[in-house]
Amino acid sequence: MSTTRDTFGIVLTALALIAMMVSIYLVFMYVPTEVTMGEVQKIFYFHVPSAWLAFFAFFLVFVFSIIYLIRRDKRWDTLAASSAEIGVLFCTLVLVTGPIWAKLVWGVWWTWDARLTLTLVLWLIYVAYIMLRHYMSDPERRATFSAVLGIIGFIDVPMVYFSIRWWRTQHPQPVVSGGEGSGLEGPMLMTLMVCLSTFTLLFFSILRYRLRLQALRDELDELQDLVEHGE
Amino acid sequence: MWRAIATILWKDLKIELQTKEAFSASFVFSLMVLVIFNFTLDLTSEESVKMGAGFLWIAFAFGGTLSLNRSFALERDENCVQGLQLAPVDRGGIYLGKCLANVIFMMITQIILLPLFAIFFNVDISVRPHYLLFVLFLGSVGFSSVGTLFSAIAVHTRMREVILPILLLPITIPILIAAVEATAYALGADTDPTFWFRLLITYDVIFVTVSFLMFGYILQE
Repeated sequence: MSTTRDTFGIVLTALALIAMMVSIYLVFMYVPTEVTMGEVQKIFYFHVPSAWLAFFAFFLVFVFSIIYLIRRDKRWDTLAASSAEIGVLFCTLVLVTGPIWAKLVWGVWWTWDARLTLTLVLWLIYVAYIMLRHYMSDPERRATFSAVLGIIGFIDVPMVYFSIRWWRTQHPQPVVSGGEGSGLEGPMLMTLMVCLSTFTLLFFSILRYRLRLQALRDELDELQDLVEHGE
Repeated sequence: MWRAIATILWKDLKIELQTKEAFSASFVFSLMVLVIFNFTLDLTSEESVKMGAGFLWIAFAFGGTLSLNRSFALERDENCVQGLQLAPVDRGGIYLGKCLANVIFMMITQIILLPLFAIFFNVDISVRPHYLLFVLFLGSVGFSSVGTLFSAIAVHTRMREVILPILLLPITIPILIAAVEATAYALGADTDPTFWFRLLITYDVIFVTVSFLMFGYILQE
């Protein structure tokens, strides 16, 4: 499989590239600048799609982990691991773009609000997931153990979110003015939707490359094995 | 299944009674955490009452990971994991026995640590003692439930002492939040505790159930 040309992957990447050009045009040329927040609000069109994809990726880890435990097919493990890596990447983007916006609009880089805290905790959980994979060498054991973590990690998401929310209501709130996303209209909503689709395309194209990389690595391992031990 | 639980629990308790390794490690470490708090924060007695619940749970959580690490490191050292894998008993029974042993170890450390905490930080721990015991129990169950499962995972990795807290602490954040709030009430804070106690019980049920179901997969490998 790996030696043939990956036509689907190339088409996917090309589409993502075109969509990205369109998104950049929409964000910087087409969509009107928000009145109160100014230019910095544009980061929202990258921040929200990244957040959506990070959650989506972690949801995929959960689904693939369950399928792996039922089917015991290595493919699902590779899919789960790849989704986790890409999820951490997008989660990092969320954690970088968020504070840049917050500093200018809220006046602080960070507040311990439920959504922010949840994102940070998610990042920690899935970085731990990746670390666990790196610290294990036996492939089947690694697959099973990380599947278990992938499942528990995702079940934990609503628990973390709600406990932080309820905990927050009991403590003094930092001064935070109106959330984003409220009352989006016309061009802004359209631009956001286009950006969401673009990021989703990008996600699948990265996932495709990641799977191909894994296939090549496995092939290399087999060949090395062959060279060292003969038939 | 009950017999498996009882046998595993009895075995772990007996080993602990002879070696006292899990207890001494987690107790000394937790105590150290409290002492370091004192130096780094230099609190007045009023502030200590306010933040005491938080201190306690940080100490319990860090000390707890040490004794949890030991839970399966013990089985690995003499290759006993294989024995457990081959044992013709329900996997769930092994899990519950191990988990129960860890809850007991954690609570013993907590109960011995509490009076020392009261003395060092000038906090009155006898305001609502039965609530306090109940929180300690619920918190330990929540922490040990996932902790026992992750301990079984961690022994099979390189850097096993390091990986357990990295896996366990982010996952148990909901337990810690609820336990701290409930402990604050038990230490005399003016809050409504029913909500946090209910939440803690709910989380315990979820964590124990999920870990119980997952443990079979871990032991198989």
